[in-house]
Amino acid sequence: MKTLRSTLCYSTAALCALLVSGLPNISLIASESFPTAKVNTTGLAVTDTEVTVGQLHSATGTMAISETGSIQAEQLAIEQINAMGGVLGRKIKIIVEDGASDWPTFAEKAKKLLVNDKVAAVMGCWTSASRKAVLPVFEKENGMLYYPTFYEGLEQSKNVIYTGQEATQQIIAGLDWIAKEKKAKTFYLIGSDYIWPRTSSKIARKHIENVLKGTVVGEEFYALGHTQFGSLINKIKLKKPDVIYAIVVGGSNVSFYKQLKAAGITSDKQTLLTISVTEDEVLGIGGENLTGFYSAMKYFQSLDNPNNKKFVAAFKAKYGVKSVIGDVTQAAYLGPWLWKMAVEKAGSFDIDKVAAASPDIEFKEAPEGYVKLHNNHHLWSKLRIGQWATDGQAKVLYESGLIEPDPFPKGYQ
Amino acid sequence: MNTLQKRLFGSKEGLLGTLFLALILVVVLPLTLDIFRLNLMGKYLTYAFVAVGLVLLWGNAGVLSLGQGVFFGLGGYCMAMFLKLEASDPITTKIQSTPGIPDFMDWNQITALPAFWVPFKSFPFATLAILIVPAVIAYVVGAAMFKRRVGGVYFAVITQAIALIVSLGIDGNQGLTGGRNGITDLRTLLGWDIRTTFGQYTLYFTSVALLLGVIMLSRWVLSSKMGRILNAMSEKEDRVRFSGYDVSDFKIFIFCLAAMISGIGGAMFVLQVGFISPSLVGIVPSIEMVIFAAVGGKRSLLGAVYGTLLVNTGKSLFSETFPQLWLYAMGGLFILVVVLMPNGLAGLWDDYAKPWLHGAKKRLMERPPVDVGETKSNAPLAKII
Repeated sequence: MKTLRSTLCYSTAALCALLVSGLPNISLIASESFPTAKVNTTGLAVTDTEVTVGQLHSATGTMAISETGSIQAEQLAIEQINAMGGVLGRKIKIIVEDGASDWPTFAEKAKKLLVNDKVAAVMGCWTSASRKAVLPVFEKENGMLYYPTFYEGLEQSKNVIYTGQEATQQIIAGLDWIAKEKKAKTFYLIGSDYIWPRTSSKIARKHIENVLKGTVVGEEFYALGHTQFGSLINKIKLKKPDVIYAIVVGGSNVSFYKQLKAAGITSDKQTLLTISVTEDEVLGIGGENLTGFYSAMKYFQSLDNPNNKKFVAAFKAKYGVKSVIGDVTQAAYLGPWLWKMAVEKAGSFDIDKVAAASPDIEFKEAPEGYVKLHNNHHLWSKLRIGQWATDGQAKVLYESGLIEPDPFPKGYQ
Repeated sequence: MNTLQKRLFGSKEGLLGTLFLALILVVVLPLTLDIFRLNLMGKYLTYAFVAVGLVLLWGNAGVLSLGQGVFFGLGGYCMAMFLKLEASDPITTKIQSTPGIPDFMDWNQITALPAFWVPFKSFPFATLAILIVPAVIAYVVGAAMFKRRVGGVYFAVITQAIALIVSLGIDGNQGLTGGRNGITDLRTLLGWDIRTTFGQYTLYFTSVALLLGVIMLSRWVLSSKMGRILNAMSEKEDRVRFSGYDVSDFKIFIFCLAAMISGIGGAMFVLQVGFISPSLVGIVPSIEMVIFAAVGGKRSLLGAVYGTLLVNTGKSLFSETFPQLWLYAMGGLFILVVVLMPNGLAGLWDDYAKPWLHGAKKRLMERPPVDVGETKSNAPLAKII
C-alpha cells in the first residue's frame, strides 16, 4: 500500500512537472539535481522553475533605432534557450526596462533590476555613455551585464561580459589588410566626436605611424548629428589620401556618404574603410551610396557558415524577411548563450561563481563562428573585411585568425 | 516673530502647507518606500530645486527661461569635479599612463590636471563654486539680455540656445569634461561612501532640508517689497519702469537666484545618482523642468515640488509597466494637465479643495451649539482651521 501510494505520488509529481515545463525529461532532471537553495545562495530571482533576467536597452529616444536589433536578438536567444529546456532546468523570464536613450534613466533602471527585481543577469546597454552610467551600479550591487557593442576598450570589470570587440580587435587587422591589399601609405581619419571614435582614431594613428610606417594626412572629428561635410570633402580632394578611415556614427553617416557620392568620391577612385557601418546603418544610408567601400567587422549577415544560416533564418522567421542583422545584433545574440554556459559550468546562478566560471567558455555555435571568453571578460574573435554591394549586404573578402582581446593595449595608449 | 513667520511661510495656510509637505517628505515617504524608491524620490527632489527656481523666475517675475538645465548642470559639474578628483587618487588610478588624474583625461592623452580643475581639490572651494558659478553665468547672461530689454519669447529662445551651446561645449571637450559620457563613477565625499544605504538616507534628508530651506527663502523674497515689484513687473512691465524702477536689475537678481537654487539641485543630484553628463544640461531636460513647474502650478512654490514628484513618479512607473508605450502615457498626462488644470496642481487646490474645506469649516461653525461644553471645544478648532 505504502509503495503504491509513494509511486502514485512520485508519478503525479513528475507528471505535473512535465505538464508545467511541457518539455522533455532532460530539464526535469537538471532542475531536480540543482536545488534552488544550492544554485542561488545570494537571493537572486531564481525559483524551482524559473530564473529572471533583465533587458535594458533604449526602446524609445534617439538610440532606439540602433538598439532594436539587440533587443530582438537577445529575445530570440532566450526563446531558443527556453525551448531547449532553459538554464539549469529553469525557464528564463525577461523583465524589459527602457533606458530611453537617457543615461540617468539607464542608471535608475539598472538599479531597479538589480535591487528590486534581483535579476540573475542583465542583457543591455549600447552606447559607451550608458555603460559608463550603469557600471558603478553593477559593481556596487554585484550584478552581471552582457554588453554587445564594439567599443573603445580601456575598461574591464568583473561584472561585465563584453560580447563586442574592443577597439584593437577591430582596427589593427583591418589596417594591416588595407595596407597590404591597397599598398596604402596615407590615411585620412574622420570620426564623430566622442570617446569611441577618439580612442579608435588614436589606436589607428599609432598603428599607421609606428607599424605600417604610413602617414596620417588628416584627422577630424565632428559633433554627433553633424550633417555638413562640404569643407571636409574639399580637404580630402586636396590631400588625396590612399585611404579614408571613417568612424562616423549615427545620423551623420547618412549625410557623410551621400555627400561623398555627390562630390564624386566613389569606390572606383577612392578607398574607404569604416569601422562604424553595419547592415543596420546601410539601411539608412542606402547601399547605392556605399557600393564598393569596406567595413571592418567581426560579423556580416552574409557570412557563409551553417551556424549563421540557422541564425539568420530564425531571426527572419521571428522578425520578418526584411529585417537585417548587423555586427552588434549578432554580438547581442551571444549574451544569453554565454550566460547560460557560464551558469551551467558554475552549477550556480551566484554572480561571483558565474563571473569566475566565465573565462575560457567556448561557444561553437555562434553565428560568427567559434568564440571564446578571455580572462579579461572580452571575446576572442575574428575580424572580417566586407565590401558593400547595392543591395545593402557585404561580400566578405578577408577573414583574420582569432584575435586576442586586449582592452588596455600597450604601445597604443 | 509673527512677521518673520509671515515672511517665511506666507499666511497660516502657507505654514500648514509647508508643514504638510515636510510631513510627507520627512515622515511618510521614508516610512513607506524602500531605499531604492526613496533614492529615486531624492533624485526627483533635486529637479524640484530647478522647478522652485522657475516658480520665482517664470511664475512670479514673468521671465520664462528654457535653459535652467544649464545651471543645474553647472552645479552638478562643480560637485562632480570635486568627487572625481577624490576618486582619482594615484593608487586607484595606477593602471593609467598618468596616475592621479581622472580616467577620461588619461584616455584623451592629457598628462597633467588642467588649471581650472586644480581648485576643485578643495571642498570649500567646490561648495562655493556650486553657488557662485551658476550665479555668475546667470549674471552675465541676464545683464546682457535684460539691460537691452530683451524679454519674453526672445529671452526664452536665447536661453535655449545657451543650453545647446553649453551642452555641446561639454560634449566637445572630452579631455576636460568627460564629453558625452560625463563624469562617472563617483564614490566618496570626503572619504564618506555616498553609495551605501546609510549614505543615501543621509543625502535624501539633506536634500529635503535644503529644499524646504530654499522654499522658505523664496517665500521670504516674494513677500518682500521686491516680490511685489516682481509681480507687478510680470503683469505690466512698462508701468513699473515708468514708476521709476530699474526693471532689469530686479530681473537679473531673480535670474541669478533661480540659477543658484538650480545649482544646489544639481550638486545634490550628483551626490545621489553618482554621475553627471551633458544629457542633463541640454534643451530637453531644461524644457522638462519647465513642465514640472507647470504641472505643479507655475506660481506655487509648494506646487512645484508636488508637480516634480508627480511627473517623475509617473515617468518611472509608466516606463516600468509599459516599456514600449510609456511616452504616450506621459504625453497624455501633459495634455490632460494643460486642458483640465491650466494652473496646475496648485490651481486644482485653490479652485476645488479650498472652497470645499472652507464650506466644511462653515458648516462646522454654523452647527447650533448643543451644550456649553461643545461650544468651548468647537471654538479653538474653528480658529485653527
